Amino acid sequence: MPINPSLKGHPGLDEWLSVTSDGHIVITSGKVDIGQRISTSLAVIAAEELDVDLSRIDFIRTETGLSPDEGVTSGSNSMEQSGEAVRLATATARGRLLALAAEALEVDESTLEIDDGLIQSRETNRSMTYWDLQGDKPFDIDIDLNAKIKSPDTYRLVGKPVDARGIKDIVGGTMVYVHDMKMPGLLHARVVRPPHYKATLNSVDDGAMHRAVDAGTKVVRDGSFLAVAHADEYAALTAAKRLNVAADWHTGPGLDGRNIFDQLTSNKRLSMPLENGVPVETPVPDAPAIPGNAAVTLQARFERPYHMHGSIAPSAAMALFEDGALTVWTHSQGVYVLRASMAGALGMIEEKLTIKHMPGSGCYGHNGADDVALDAALVARALPGTPIMLKWTRDDEHAWEPYSSAMVMNVGGSLDADGNVIAWSHETYSDTHVMRPRPGAGDTGPSRLLASWFLEKPFPPMTPPPNMQAHGGVHRNLDPLYTFANKHLVKHLVRNLPLRTSAMRTLGGYANVFAIESFMDELAEAGGLDPLEFRLRNLDDERAKAVLVAMSKKLNATVLPGGRGRGIGFARYKNEKTYAAVGVELSVNDAAEIQLHRAVVAADAGQVVDPDGLAAQMEGGLIQAASWTLMEEVQFDPDGITSRDWDSYPILRFDNIPEVEVVLMDRPGDPYLGAGEAVSGPTAGAIANAIRSATGQRLRSLPFTPDAIRDAALKST
Amino acid sequence: MATFTLRVNGAAHQVKADPSTPLIFVLRNQLGLTGPKLGCGLEQCGACAVLVDGKPELSCVRAVSEFEDQDITTAEGLSESHADIQQAFIDAGAAQCGYCIPGIVTATAGLFNQTKTPTKAQITEALHGHLCRCGSHLRVLKAIDRLVQEGAADAN
Ligand code: FES
Ligand code: FES
Repeated sequence: MPINPSLKGHPGLDEWLSVTSDGHIVITSGKVDIGQRISTSLAVIAAEELDVDLSRIDFIRTETGLSPDEGVTSGSNSMEQSGEAVRLATATARGRLLALAAEALEVDESTLEIDDGLIQSRETNRSMTYWDLQGDKPFDIDIDLNAKIKSPDTYRLVGKPVDARGIKDIVGGTMVYVHDMKMPGLLHARVVRPPHYKATLNSVDDGAMHRAVDAGTKVVRDGSFLAVAHADEYAALTAAKRLNVAADWHTGPGLDGRNIFDQLTSNKRLSMPLENGVPVETPVPDAPAIPGNAAVTLQARFERPYHMHGSIAPSAAMALFEDGALTVWTHSQGVYVLRASMAGALGMIEEKLTIKHMPGSGCYGHNGADDVALDAALVARALPGTPIMLKWTRDDEHAWEPYSSAMVMNVGGSLDADGNVIAWSHETYSDTHVMRPRPGAGDTGPSRLLASWFLEKPFPPMTPPPNMQAHGGVHRNLDPLYTFANKHLVKHLVRNLPLRTSAMRTLGGYANVFAIESFMDELAEAGGLDPLEFRLRNLDDERAKAVLVAMSKKLNATVLPGGRGRGIGFARYKNEKTYAAVGVELSVNDAAEIQLHRAVVAADAGQVVDPDGLAAQMEGGLIQAASWTLMEEVQFDPDGITSRDWDSYPILRFDNIPEVEVVLMDRPGDPYLGAGEAVSGPTAGAIANAIRSATGQRLRSLPFTPDAIRDAALKST
Repeated sequence: MATFTLRVNGAAHQVKADPSTPLIFVLRNQLGLTGPKLGCGLEQCGACAVLVDGKPELSCVRAVSEFEDQDITTAEGLSESHADIQQAFIDAGAAQCGYCIPGIVTATAGLFNQTKTPTKAQITEALHGHLCRCGSHLRVLKAIDRLVQEGAADAN
């Protein structure tokens, strides 16, 4: 097994854990809680290995210079990286504490027992606690990669339901998000936005400027970056609106408003074939000829529009610039990479920046969190000594966050007379999915933060390099887990597309799996095969088969009411994380709206730590993917983005939430598998297949709005 | 600038604000309450909901001057008056990031002020204006289901 990247750079036990003299265990993780309950899972793991009560586990907020650099909280890696690191750290600590106790009590280690941090021996009536032994003292040892970890049959906490950390404060409204922070002398700031990415600021009306300043507003301008700050939040908001009207922008030709799917398939692009999920720098071979023994051959094109993260809280950051040093409070998923990009954009050395994580609302990837941190820093730098709370507006978040790219998937396949897949091809066209802030001083880091494009000395948007990792971005889950013999798989990274894009939950995985799972049903149908049987015969992975069978059993345990359809979808995220099978039951009403009635998820995430949190990820992922699939599309024209609020970019509401049953296949003792992105793609496939079953329509272009359903019905008559 | 008297979570407060200031800014920045959340400022998402005389109202657009002499309750205040609702949310695990949750708890409190046994349609209606991007809907509905059952048991 490759060494855990989290431990590689941070082998010291003290980097991860400390014992306080007042009886707490303090964990320092570089992964941040974004509502996925990672802190709950880490606390359960730590309390389990150390045999202490859950209430004794505390966390240090992730902060540059203080926390281990675990990169970005993304890609469903947190359990495998931080979870495993914390397990080994706490197991190492336990071993050390037992050895110290044996020495102090002058007994054999094997006679010791631990109860909530109290160490006792049958051979003496003396006892010691962790806090006696180690309170506020460094361990000064490295984490033992072979530390003795508990056997699953002795677990007290792992795999048992617990309350999510912080939920009481959330429900009571007292949880402090970055948006809620206060400091004496704080000014509230807002950005005055251009009409679109390519606009530059000519001038701002003098009269309006003076009126703003007279009303106590600070105006900060650096090139085309324009922001206001005021002690009163509403005054700052109003000033930004007024200056927006008073600003004269050079708008140029604007955005390329032609059909996005045409742009995707006709623009300049970088094309690479895939081998085992990895792009290879060789010319793309011709698509293979249809095999002579093909009984069925199909081709289909699938389309996915731009989608947005759509966080419920517009992004925010607080910044303070003092004595040449900058401190930023942020809900970014990666404090270290953000520091690197910000240092570049601000022309500062990294040592002068401290980035502290604070909770934000769910981000589901690279939303406005990093951008707003630079916005706040620019204002703070112009107003030294003054804490700045800069909040994006709803309009900012909708129109300026980096979207998930629009994509086209061309899929083809052939069956022989026995229904075996004898050829499979899949080519995906997409913009980049990875434009997060990045480490290293290179000139590309700063340009990943929005405001850098608009500075007096701008860092223009860069041409993204292709992600060459297995299942990296565009090609995530492009290579199916199915055992097809003859696969032609191609990634096309398309250039010069109109909208700004970056990482959103599953990257390219959602759309690739949508296409694969839709097409699997198309092939099965053409070959007269049952969709479940067809999948099972093309899988040799027993865990994959097990989730499909478990899901299907539950889904079909009830009689299908008339007018409804059922569909299934499956994937193993990145072909190496959680296995998920999804079944959906739906109908289409008279208004051509899809009504979701039931859904079943079966998931295998390895050893389950926090079953309730894992189920919540399955449910939440399914609801979010259903929303993308049924409703969502970022719209734009040459003048800019037109999806600027929840009316122009609607998402799923309480009136269309299906009943969801989640089956978790526990695998005691197996490695943890990341799960937060497992169900998104299978959900889209299952919905498309259920629509086919309910209506006879095969929809291949997302989203499946009433208009799309009506169009399909018209075309088929 | 004008002075207003606001009754929030049972206590009276004198606040000074531009009369057109939306209520939420006064609650958050002057009274230090974090229950009402700014999600859109457009009356589209429900994050800023508070109870006004027991009924859910959005606080992100309507001016502070409209709320004088009314009883305003935020999520913080519900911990006293509607602890059962908050506990049901905790037990159901009804939060991921939680940003939408104080607003949803508030809407739920408003609903149960009206009836202890709301129908499915009434529940959907009460929550229609509340968006949740994490997909906590199922847990919210589970919490409300339990409250309905308790309401029905009490009625018998
Ligand atoms: S913040 Fe008031 S409805 Fe969204
Ligand atoms: S729990 Fe995150 S938006 Fe609802």
